[in-house]
Amino acid sequence: MSTAIKDTQKMIEEVLDAYPEKTKKDRAKHLAANDPSGQCGSCQVKSNVKSRPGVMTVRGCAYAGAKGVVWGPVKDQITISHGPIGCGQYSWWSRRNYYNGKTGIDTFGTMHITTDFQEKDIVYGGDKGLYAAIHELKELFPLAKGIGILSECPVGLIGDDIEAVAKKTAKELGIPVVPVRCEGFRGVSQSLGHHIANDTIRDYVLGKGKMEQETPYDVALIGDYNIGGDAWASRKMLEEMGLRVIAQWTGDASINEMGIANKAKVNLIHCYRSMNYICRHMEETYGIPWVEFNFFGPTKIYQSIRKIASYFDDKIKENAEKIIEKYKPMMDSVIEHFKPRLEGKKVMLYVGGLRPRHTIGAYEDLGMEVVASGYEFGHNDDYKRTYPDMKEGAVIMDDATLYELEEFTRRLRPDMVGSGIKEKYSYHKMGVPFRQMHSWDYSGPYHGFDGFAVFARDMDMTVNSPTWDLIRRKK
Amino acid sequence: MKIKDHNELFQQKEYIEQFERKKEFENCPSDEEVNKIAEWTKTEEYKELNFKRQHIKINPAKACQPLGAIFCASGFEGTMPFIQGAQGCVAYFRSHLSRHFKEPFAAISTSMTEDAAVFGGLHNMIEGLENAYTLYKPKMLAVSTTCMTEVIGDDLNAFIKQAREKGVIPEDLLVPFAHTPSFVGSYITGYDNMLKGILSKITSGKKAEQNDKINFIMGFNTYTGDYFELKRLMNMLGVKYTILADVSNIFDSPNTGEYKLYPGGTPLDDTIDSINSMATFALQKYSTQKTMEYIAKQWNHKTAVATPIGIKNTDSFFDDICSIAGRQIPKEIEDERGRAVDAMIDSHPYVHGKRFALVGDPDILIGLVSFLMEMGGIPVHIVCTIGDKKFEEDMNNLLNSSPFGVEGKVYIGKDMWHLRSLMFTEPVDLLIGNSYAKFLWGDTGTPLVRIGFPLFDRHHLHRYPIIGYQGVINLVNWIVNTILDEMDRKTMNTTSFDVIR
Repeated sequence: MSTAIKDTQKMIEEVLDAYPEKTKKDRAKHLAANDPSGQCGSCQVKSNVKSRPGVMTVRGCAYAGAKGVVWGPVKDQITISHGPIGCGQYSWWSRRNYYNGKTGIDTFGTMHITTDFQEKDIVYGGDKGLYAAIHELKELFPLAKGIGILSECPVGLIGDDIEAVAKKTAKELGIPVVPVRCEGFRGVSQSLGHHIANDTIRDYVLGKGKMEQETPYDVALIGDYNIGGDAWASRKMLEEMGLRVIAQWTGDASINEMGIANKAKVNLIHCYRSMNYICRHMEETYGIPWVEFNFFGPTKIYQSIRKIASYFDDKIKENAEKIIEKYKPMMDSVIEHFKPRLEGKKVMLYVGGLRPRHTIGAYEDLGMEVVASGYEFGHNDDYKRTYPDMKEGAVIMDDATLYELEEFTRRLRPDMVGSGIKEKYSYHKMGVPFRQMHSWDYSGPYHGFDGFAVFARDMDMTVNSPTWDLIRRKK
Repeated sequence: MKIKDHNELFQQKEYIEQFERKKEFENCPSDEEVNKIAEWTKTEEYKELNFKRQHIKINPAKACQPLGAIFCASGFEGTMPFIQGAQGCVAYFRSHLSRHFKEPFAAISTSMTEDAAVFGGLHNMIEGLENAYTLYKPKMLAVSTTCMTEVIGDDLNAFIKQAREKGVIPEDLLVPFAHTPSFVGSYITGYDNMLKGILSKITSGKKAEQNDKINFIMGFNTYTGDYFELKRLMNMLGVKYTILADVSNIFDSPNTGEYKLYPGGTPLDDTIDSINSMATFALQKYSTQKTMEYIAKQWNHKTAVATPIGIKNTDSFFDDICSIAGRQIPKEIEDERGRAVDAMIDSHPYVHGKRFALVGDPDILIGLVSFLMEMGGIPVHIVCTIGDKKFEEDMNNLLNSSPFGVEGKVYIGKDMWHLRSLMFTEPVDLLIGNSYAKFLWGDTGTPLVRIGFPLFDRHHLHRYPIIGYQGVINLVNWIVNTILDEMDRKTMNTTSFDVIR
């Protein structure tokens, strides 16, 4: 075992010392020193299991995964937060899944629509109210292409039959009504919500869309939620390659696009964690191959473009080389401008989905090093994809707590941290440069060629803001 | 290096063309159809249909009880809000508060999952208390609940007792609790329940000789500036005070390069002793009803409620305080009053006769409507999703008290989609509401003054007080300058683009 690994392991043990015995034992399984070779048995973290009560996990719930991530961005569906008032309020347009459309008329993305359960709904059940609500919505929003029922905790506990309501109303209204059993107590994190949402896409909309004609270049862009326009920046590149993007899942998605991805020749998946399920389904049922790619930072983008092109004919392969040639000077000039300002800076990441590994290459393009990375709700397959991309002895964290993040920051002294809104302001207080890596801190896009320039600019303003130097009065 | 982000990128030709191409797969309605429906939603007919709905809320100004409970709990020294329930709720509460205040917010969840739903949350509670106490070393753990916990019926009192018996937390650790089901009331109810839970628990048996302090309860007040303002004013008056649930330093803590988990809050000794103060004064009514009822009954001292927003309300607030504390209003405060009135007189031509739509929480709405009418503004649509019958009655009495109130109509339990219909069928000049009201601004073109909660898309507004005479100056500033900005935008290419206004 190398010194780098040993040193990190020692540091982890010190951090764990503060926990009560039982919790310490549990948390020890979720923190590890990275071994890129995969040889070291104790360097693999345990994941996708319950958080310990009382430790201040950063994780959310199944509803957050199903409504907030997967179904919420589908723009021409009305998404009902079914249950008490809070869940829909707190997740109201917080993920910035950009879309085109006239909100409240033919699209509904920035709206918060809820059955606002009262005590009587808990006692007598919410099905009757839900049935009436769906009819009221269709009257007020005649252009809605679908209705999603996203269940909150009480719905599952009181034994409501939302599937029956969905079936009945779908028949009466002639549009898909999708019951999603994403009650917050199910599973251990957002992750199960993604899976449940994928299953409902499979059962209620996939294969039911209309598409006039097929071409050999049809692809679906899966697992891109168009945060700050990410999917649009990615789509632009795919179209320049000569591919035809027939569906965008689920950023700026329409119900029709949700229904035609099974006609793609290849499914391109960016966020593996949240949508691998449906890709596997389409592979098994329709024989559609799927390819994981990474559109963060030029190194990974060039690799990904070539990887995607390898599924197509020479025309696409040539186009791939052409667009690399076209955009490389632009990428080089971004690097030339920002790298001197960021070279050698250390980054700590604690995020969700694809970012703990997918953004590493983009940081490295700018000369930065990711010294610690972790997932809120990753699974074993996420970590397996991460180990080779991180240096030996880097810290790998699964379901980290506020306490651990603070301690690792003290000891690793990163030059910047990328995490979420709950973490952001404690880092501001610590005087550690911080960037939200869920919402891009209201910036973006970060995907694609257009996105990398924005990413580089944002990391520079984070690390090199003069405000950090004001915290301690200069003597 | 010029870099274009989303603000500019997607206005570029190549992206506009991309969006057009994408439509092929969207199966979206035609522009004519969309425009036809869009126009229909502006009609009286649509308004009627919209107001007929009974079973669905669309863009409500409302959030759930536990948010108010943990907001309140955080306002005590060394206190960790502790939520017995599902973890996603707590992730949401923390995000929501951080987005508004741009501050860290710590809170514990017991991460209840399916097994807890079946067997109850006792084990989660015990392990949660042990972990939270060991790791985060709080002086008090203030327990509230989520809807999951309330549906399965966890017995908080018994659970906490068992945790003590098992020795996972010390016998003398303060662990007050409140049941805060999300399907009853809203965050103002949760605030009230938690405050009552804390006060009743920790002042129990502490009644001693009365002192000369006054307790202040701010209610679900998200203006940190108000807390600092109240302290400044009481210091000027020479009144000794305790603010119960003093969240000012929690949500506006100085940057020292060190992250403090417990950056402030009402000292616990002061909280315990608050039962012996000479009076308790609430600055909000609807968010403190149960607590004030409890104090009036149990603490055997004077209670009063007044929201000092606007001139008349602030006048009567000072009258009440001075009479309770036996003080005279000092000249400095009279001068502040004079300056605030002067500001209102100077700006009145731009506000007089302007028609307003308002959406927000009950206490703040009462204050704002009173203030607007003092300036000659005309409140027209007043939407309060979380308002009750009593609020409706109070608001109607207020409207009836002024000739500027005759057009005012109050809508309780209604939401911002109702308000959209109202604003199309009966347009107004100005809208007051939280950040989500910006969609009404976008739809109707009515300029928005951001007052309320949450305010996500503008920075620092919560640092400015809206109470007292200083608060009046801030309100005048926000309102009149929004009107003038809009006037400039509209007249930019005309002769009316005046330099002196």
